[in-house]
Amino acid sequence: MLRVTTVVIGAGHSGLAVSRHLAERGVDHVVLERSEVASSWRSQRWDSLRLLTPNWLSRLPGYAYRGDDPDGYMSAPQVAAFIEDYAKESAAPVRANTTVTAVGRVDDGYVVETDQEAWRAATVVVAAGGASVPTVPELRAGLPAGIEQRAPGGSTPDLPAYRNPGDLPQGGVLVVGPSASGIQIAQEVHASGRPVTLAVGEHVRMPRTYRDRDVLWWMDATGLFDDRYDEIPDLLRARVLPSMQLIGSPERATLDLNTLSAAGIRLVGRLAGVHDGVAQLSGSLRNVCTLADLKVKRLLKGFDEWAATAGVEQTAGLPPGEAVAPTVVPAAAPQELDLGSGEIRTVIWATGLQPDFGFLGELPVFDRKGRVRHDGGVVPGSPGLYVIGLPFLRRRKSTLIDGADADAADLVTHLVGHLA
Amino acid sequence: MTTTEKPAADNGVDVPFLLGARTALADAPAGAQFQWRAETEWVKGTHSRGTVKTFFGLGEEQEHTSSFTFDADHPLQFSSEDHGATPVEILLVALGACLTGGVASVAQLRGIQLRSVRATIAGEHDILGILGGDPEVPNRFKSIKVHYDIDADATPDEIAAVVAQSQKRSAVYDSLTNPVAVEVEVN
Repeated sequence: MLRVTTVVIGAGHSGLAVSRHLAERGVDHVVLERSEVASSWRSQRWDSLRLLTPNWLSRLPGYAYRGDDPDGYMSAPQVAAFIEDYAKESAAPVRANTTVTAVGRVDDGYVVETDQEAWRAATVVVAAGGASVPTVPELRAGLPAGIEQRAPGGSTPDLPAYRNPGDLPQGGVLVVGPSASGIQIAQEVHASGRPVTLAVGEHVRMPRTYRDRDVLWWMDATGLFDDRYDEIPDLLRARVLPSMQLIGSPERATLDLNTLSAAGIRLVGRLAGVHDGVAQLSGSLRNVCTLADLKVKRLLKGFDEWAATAGVEQTAGLPPGEAVAPTVVPAAAPQELDLGSGEIRTVIWATGLQPDFGFLGELPVFDRKGRVRHDGGVVPGSPGLYVIGLPFLRRRKSTLIDGADADAADLVTHLVGHLA
Repeated sequence: MTTTEKPAADNGVDVPFLLGARTALADAPAGAQFQWRAETEWVKGTHSRGTVKTFFGLGEEQEHTSSFTFDADHPLQFSSEDHGATPVEILLVALGACLTGGVASVAQLRGIQLRSVRATIAGEHDILGILGGDPEVPNRFKSIKVHYDIDADATPDEIAAVVAQSQKRSAVYDSLTNPVAVEVEVN
């Protein structure tokens, strides 16, 4: 058995940021990676995906975007290359092609079993990705046979990953979920000639730019991205919020439900059930749109208030803001959709992703819903164990590349204290 | 985010209790499993009387402070004797009550003092469905519209947000807009 002070599981941006901070603090460690650096960016993403965050916002400890398009958005291969360069420049001690199979507690530390060597470590940082496995509602079981299914960003043995529209049969497509992935995929699938119906539950609406700046520039500059997990009023809700409705396109275009309606996509209520092969659609469509409209209005108003006070220097000379148009809700959205009629040939589950922490199975760290119980990444049920890269782990930006530095610094500080 | 700077609003809702219950029940989810009950006794014709007295929750049998009765019937236009509201109207009453209770609670949580709240609720209904006069017409409401007139210490957008949040947290709204399995047995 090999010995090391800290095992980091996963060589994505989070694991590498942790590695960098561990190195700076003189903690000997190893980064175990199931395939190669940034693997999910090589294998799990759909073809057209670009980061939602502008290039300049991709900052890691001791590293940042250096290309000539700071306002652009990286494609998945570009993200993989960006992270790979970071691993090289950091000389991170990555062990590639090493899949962790189990983490067990021994004495005052851990044994990390892998498909290669086993490791004995005092501390373990799980940076295996917060978004690995599709979260699909149970009602999926009621879909009639013969309907193709896909999920963006991940897959399971019976649910293939979405790649591109050409991968789908001709005919109608039901996209479930108005998240960033849902609206992006709805748009490109509809453009391919397959009529799209989008089932719309709660969502977070965002213009791509506001007052000539990327909306995420505002999130960053106003400090919203730095909101802390132990200071916001409803952490539970913040951690399950759907992704911001954004697309990273060279045109810096806004993609929202109005864009999709104008393109001919049919908006319907949240998929609430499937009964006898008929999809039951919630009557709450208008309210979820109203909630999102009011929320984005509040957000932009907050930006303006900040610009008039604390941000006055950074925003001098910016044009005034434009109001976002209210979401146009169809007067009579159907409440039912017969999935057996042949109209819908494919269902795409843009219903979110969750981490796969099965290798922690032996440890007393899960809550009643199977989530790892943690306090800002510190796992109280298992001293010396840490998680990183989960939604609102310590800050609103925790799942962004740009959020890894601050979270990693905090956790490594805690880890060093634990070792002392 | 900061807490409100307004003086504490008082809409008569015990918000600290509700927030405490949320925390306590999240840690002990079995206590959150409630069963609501009603008994209906046929009187005559389309007239029936519903009674509400007991429920189950917080892990044990519970009781209202007194029992409540609800007469339901159909109007003279249906050749009934009009001893009470129609069941569909009672559904509208339930929706209005649920949303309005939510408005008061959310407003108080957000420090918004309410002065008056009035909801007007209208459900569109093609009764050919229930009469069996057209098999393509469903029995249910075609649509329901709720209109709120609210006078409160807040901007129009803040009031709209309270009403939207109330819908998001409403049991009756959710039960009407989403499918619920209903099973009816006979002794």
